[in-house]
Amino acid sequence: MARIIVVTSGKGGVGKTTTSAAFATGLALAGNKTAVIDFDVGLRNLDLIMGCERRVVYDFVNVINGEANLNQALIKDKRVENLAILPASQTRDKDALTQEGVERVLTELAKDYDYIVCDSPAGIERGAMLAAYFADDAIVVTNPEVSSVRDSDRILGILASKTRRAERNDGRIKEHLLLTRYSPARVKKGEMLSVDDVRDILSIDLLGVIPESKSVLQASNSGVPVILNLESDAGTAYEDAVARYLGEERPHRFITEKKRFLERIFGN
Amino acid sequence: MTALKNLSRQSAPAFELKARMMTLSILRVLSADIANLFRQLDAKIATAPDLFQNFPILLDFEDLPEDAQRGFDIAQLNWQLRDRSFVPVGLRGAGDVLTGIAAGVGIGVIAAAPERVRKQAKSEATQPIATNMLIRQPVRSGQQIYAEGGDAIILSTVSPGAEVLADGNIHIYGSLRGRALAGVRGNTEARIFCHDLDPELIAIAGHYCLSDSIDESRRGTSVQIFLRDESLIIEGLQAQRLETTK
Repeated sequence: MARIIVVTSGKGGVGKTTTSAAFATGLALAGNKTAVIDFDVGLRNLDLIMGCERRVVYDFVNVINGEANLNQALIKDKRVENLAILPASQTRDKDALTQEGVERVLTELAKDYDYIVCDSPAGIERGAMLAAYFADDAIVVTNPEVSSVRDSDRILGILASKTRRAERNDGRIKEHLLLTRYSPARVKKGEMLSVDDVRDILSIDLLGVIPESKSVLQASNSGVPVILNLESDAGTAYEDAVARYLGEERPHRFITEKKRFLERIFGN
Repeated sequence: MTALKNLSRQSAPAFELKARMMTLSILRVLSADIANLFRQLDAKIATAPDLFQNFPILLDFEDLPEDAQRGFDIAQLNWQLRDRSFVPVGLRGAGDVLTGIAAGVGIGVIAAAPERVRKQAKSEATQPIATNMLIRQPVRSGQQIYAEGGDAIILSTVSPGAEVLADGNIHIYGSLRGRALAGVRGNTEARIFCHDLDPELIAIAGHYCLSDSIDESRRGTSVQIFLRDESLIIEGLQAQRLETTK
């Protein structure tokens, strides 16, 4: 039985899709059969970040509507074995998703895959609710600033009450905090919330801290998940986070400002 | 999906009509002065604005004398209530005249309960069963907890944008960063206890205080909040020990 992971945040632009792409790739690199689904119907982006936008024939909505079968719509990643992408539809809107349809697709995927990563759209409307509804685990992507933290808090409340696990009283969704775009230098200047501030407000387990890095933008623009670039600090931070998710103990890096860290930024 | 299914089986029943007992809030009209009524009601709403969103309410005219009922502008009452996001679902205890007018403005009529049943209900009401509510998880932004008829006990944090209401006391063993409203049905003896005070709003029996007007020295400390002479008092709990550690 596959484990379903939702990557969510409430707020837009905090790095959900980047995280979904990196995380799914990391899980596949670790030898797990992994599928990543873009729930952002109408604002399809995951295919770009994964670099498979020219290979999209059928999409998630086609599968839900029975216009294509799952194997026709799934795109196998060319770089990483065991990884498949189910793109969103660009021409439809989020109302095209139905709970029954999403459940059917997830159940079918669960037969063949170990992990299903659901890339949630921003907001708390239908698309986001459906992306989270069937989840076993949630990765809450948060930027170190107050509005993002508050939106994440709201999402955590929804995860605790409006998901299948909550409705069936089937144990809680395991919640993980992933702090992205973190800059120790700006925290020091008081321009950003610190890791401890965010942990204190959200009081959930910290999965990882992804430093603010040019390599993330470069990776997105070139359609290569940033985790494949282990020379970049963001790539190694994602690799750490995946390892922690899979049960490995790793110390948190990139939390404090170091000379080495600054050199790495300017060296890149 | 479900809609399509239903179309294919049109013979399946589309609805059921059932009688259900349920708790409903009652607005007992005690005076024919509508302007005064809404002045007082607005003050009540201000204590818990979110609680009264789309709030179903039953209008009770039993205590309004028959001659006062005759000149009562129920259309105005209905319209002003709806304006404040209340949903008047029906009325009871009104004389024939008022009942007739109410039907005209679309308010249903509920027959007054027989005397015997009502007496019984009243004697139960004088001995409220304390129904305290224990919350172990953080109360997140956008969530609202209402401990009806008792205390709210929160073992974790109340986030900014979250709201805790209780008819009795509120105890928060984490940080209070959202709103806490104790004694929402007018219990002036209710208190708020919290381990780390940094609220958006605190209120007891309708007397409220916003974050800005809270004494800065109390912020981040362990306190109790209570009413004295109609004003909110914030008092440190074990203040001395805290001051030496801070």
